[in-house]
Amino acid sequence: MEAFSNLLEQLYYTAGTKAKAQLIADYIANTPDPDRGWAIAAMAGTLRFDFFKRNTVKKLVTEHTDPALFAMSYDYVGEVSETVAHLWPHSEPADFLPSLTEVVETFASVSKQKVSETLANYLTIMTPAQRWALLKLGTRGLRIGVSARSIKQILADYGDKDIKEIETLWHAVHPPYVDMLRWLEGKAEKPDIENAVTFHPVMLSHPIEDSDIEAFTENTWQIENKYDGIRVQLVVKSSKAFNDRSIDSDTTNEDEPEKALFSRTGDDISHSFPDLLESVSGNMVLDGELLVIHNVEHGYDLSRESTAQGMTTGNTTSGKSDSQAWSTAQPDVDTFNALQQRLNKKKPSKALQSSAPVGLIVYDALVLNGEDLTEKTLKARRQALEKWFSENSNNRLFLSETLTATSSQSLRKLHAQVCQNRAVEGLMIKRLDSKYIPGRPKGKWFKWKRDPLVVDAVMMYAQRGHGKRSSFYSDYTFGAWEDNQLLPIGKAYSGFTDEELKKLDNWVRRNAVGRFGPVREVKKELVLEVAFDAVHPSSRHKSGVALRFPRIHRIRWDKPANEADTLANVKALIES
Amino acid sequence: MHPSTWLKADDTGLYCEPGEFYIDPMNEVATALVTHGHADHARAGHNSVYASSETLSIMQTRYGKDMAIHQHAVTLGKTIEFNDVKVTFYPAGHILGSTQILIEYAGYRVVVSGDYKRRHDPTCPPFEVVPCDVLITEATFGLPVFKHPPIEHEIEKLLHSLRVFPERCHLVGAYALGKCQRVILALRDAGYAKPIYLHGAQLKLCDLYKQLGIDLGELIPVSEVTDKKTLAGEIVIAPPSALADRWSRSLPNVRPVVASGWMQIRARAKQKNAELPLIISDHCDWPELLQTIEEVNPKEVWVTHGREDALMYQAEKMGFKARALSLVGYDEEEQGGD
Repeated sequence: MEAFSNLLEQLYYTAGTKAKAQLIADYIANTPDPDRGWAIAAMAGTLRFDFFKRNTVKKLVTEHTDPALFAMSYDYVGEVSETVAHLWPHSEPADFLPSLTEVVETFASVSKQKVSETLANYLTIMTPAQRWALLKLGTRGLRIGVSARSIKQILADYGDKDIKEIETLWHAVHPPYVDMLRWLEGKAEKPDIENAVTFHPVMLSHPIEDSDIEAFTENTWQIENKYDGIRVQLVVKSSKAFNDRSIDSDTTNEDEPEKALFSRTGDDISHSFPDLLESVSGNMVLDGELLVIHNVEHGYDLSRESTAQGMTTGNTTSGKSDSQAWSTAQPDVDTFNALQQRLNKKKPSKALQSSAPVGLIVYDALVLNGEDLTEKTLKARRQALEKWFSENSNNRLFLSETLTATSSQSLRKLHAQVCQNRAVEGLMIKRLDSKYIPGRPKGKWFKWKRDPLVVDAVMMYAQRGHGKRSSFYSDYTFGAWEDNQLLPIGKAYSGFTDEELKKLDNWVRRNAVGRFGPVREVKKELVLEVAFDAVHPSSRHKSGVALRFPRIHRIRWDKPANEADTLANVKALIES
Repeated sequence: MHPSTWLKADDTGLYCEPGEFYIDPMNEVATALVTHGHADHARAGHNSVYASSETLSIMQTRYGKDMAIHQHAVTLGKTIEFNDVKVTFYPAGHILGSTQILIEYAGYRVVVSGDYKRRHDPTCPPFEVVPCDVLITEATFGLPVFKHPPIEHEIEKLLHSLRVFPERCHLVGAYALGKCQRVILALRDAGYAKPIYLHGAQLKLCDLYKQLGIDLGELIPVSEVTDKKTLAGEIVIAPPSALADRWSRSLPNVRPVVASGWMQIRARAKQKNAELPLIISDHCDWPELLQTIEEVNPKEVWVTHGREDALMYQAEKMGFKARALSLVGYDEEEQGGD
């Protein structure tokens, strides 16, 4: 527990992914099993249960401290765990703290009535920093700025493996990851994951260059809309129990899940999208875009019946190869903003599931009907997908529409045309002969994003950055005019060169007029041309708008602030 | 006569009417009694100043020899008189030359503690418990969350970091008066014998400490280092504000370290962009505040600058009469040598 607490302490204050990775790698190398595996689980968010609830902590501390002093302390500190860590009144430092594993196992086995007492005993033998680590660990709220993705990268580097191997393995191995760590150290075979539902690293595209567009020829490429949702992978392995859905769960292995939805980077996001997962069955790995799609509920019962039918009868009845069957239901796609209310919701309410139902626009298949397709060409995979869609009806899956262009000129025209549609982000252009290669192979897949939207905004506040940028004012809040006042519309900290950053920093220092903690207010005189992907209405901001991925496009040293855009101009860019 | 009738806080500071003097006034006054040399307590331009000889030296170093027209060095423990008011200075243990002031008038004894701490500090004699009717105490760290760890523990964190990150220049933000020298001495105590590098703002006061016989070991101004790259793996001490300043860009791969009592609170440390927060304070932590109230055992506690509410609440719980005394201008942030 000491080592884990020290690690958290250092991670908390260290800025920069690289330095954090150094600290974690050092911990993994110097900490025995199974402690290090539990620490990995805590950091990667794969611990399965809370040791205790936040309420247990609050109740405990009110019993042991003066409530008035606690309230005053909490007001000042601003965070419960830290307040409790400092305020806990009993201290009997132990020579040896229990190991992290012992702590995990104790809370896993302790009866409900004893949780509070167990926690109290631990708090008493710990230092404030250790208490804080325990409280954060126990409520699964570490917030140390290390993503699950970074943990996988650190593990890959530690074992000198490709991160794709870790991603593939990740959902089939479990804390405390002893087998995986031994494999990474070359002391054991790679864990066997043959029958598990697990993530398959995805194939990614490159931004298209002008020369690629010029080299475009007919019949070599598959062209699709680039949808504005999130890239996901749907993995389903429910091949066993086709005859009766109701006993599915009884016939699958133990409590291993039989299907899962993964983000592009292999995070399991199944819990957020039960509506989509409930609707699917089969034995497949689909690659597609997750979106809010409003016509998924349409004829739900009907399609469930037909799905059931499709399953019981297998391929025999649906041989009627109607290639148009899949395209009859066009998805009624909503904006990314609509999808956002579903992201990061651990347990979406029924109401939310019905007001913002999700569906999948499928553009590729890695496995279909149990058959691995990754070695086949895109053309062959597409044919297999079309066949599958013609045979299986599912109300939440839609096949991605293909578009045509005959020359580079008509491709440009097509791009301009699709970009009129605000629900589409541009075009995807993929070689028909491309195999499914995880990673970002060259010359196979291209994305052609729409041109960004731009507005001229006025810098209002600047804040210092972190790490290398800690002496630079590098984060800028900017606003648009409404009558005679500026209302902040966004914040950006990228898009400029190092040279430009020096100039901006200098300008901020010379033109600062006020200070709020680490934030400087500046004279409203510098116009920033800000680029962004979209504008959404937002009730959280006074301006009523939120920009998606804003970045500094150009610095308009020349432009007078009163000629910057108005809020009305910005609002006009909101997608309808 | 109750002290509340003759000892009052106004816009300038704490004023003793019958003695016609201010304690730690913010503006220029006729007669000022100064508890210690931090800039928010010791200002230039008074007609007459009474303070310990060390405090007068500090003020001269900062403001020039002519920082006040009449400068009176007091002897600790020796009573002087202002009209009918008797005044005695006692050590406060805060920084070099720091004092508390006992005021006796009309049958009452009032102690103005100034800033003080109860831990060992090699640069000044320890805080002396002075019995009194009214104790005026600071409450900079007046919340039960504040418990300062031993300085040795914090210094070990810095030395450990130097071992883990030998390629990084460890830039320690520490207030130029008191904190800077205390950090240096604690490093020397821990066996750190290498030169310590200083920002220009720390130089004059370190020189003064040396003149007063306090051995700080080898100190080198950063400005005299021609190749700044050689500062990788070294300790540089600068005012806290310099960490965010452009000045720090010339140093190689800076690891920002901040030495302050505030560093105990994570959000405060983050706000200062401290990668390595060292909880080192020249003030009392919460247990020391309570210890002091108990030992001094006054009839009343008046609480100034800091988190008055919690300390008043606690003092009353302990059976003391307590009130808040709002004094202007004591800056808890970077001025006060926290």
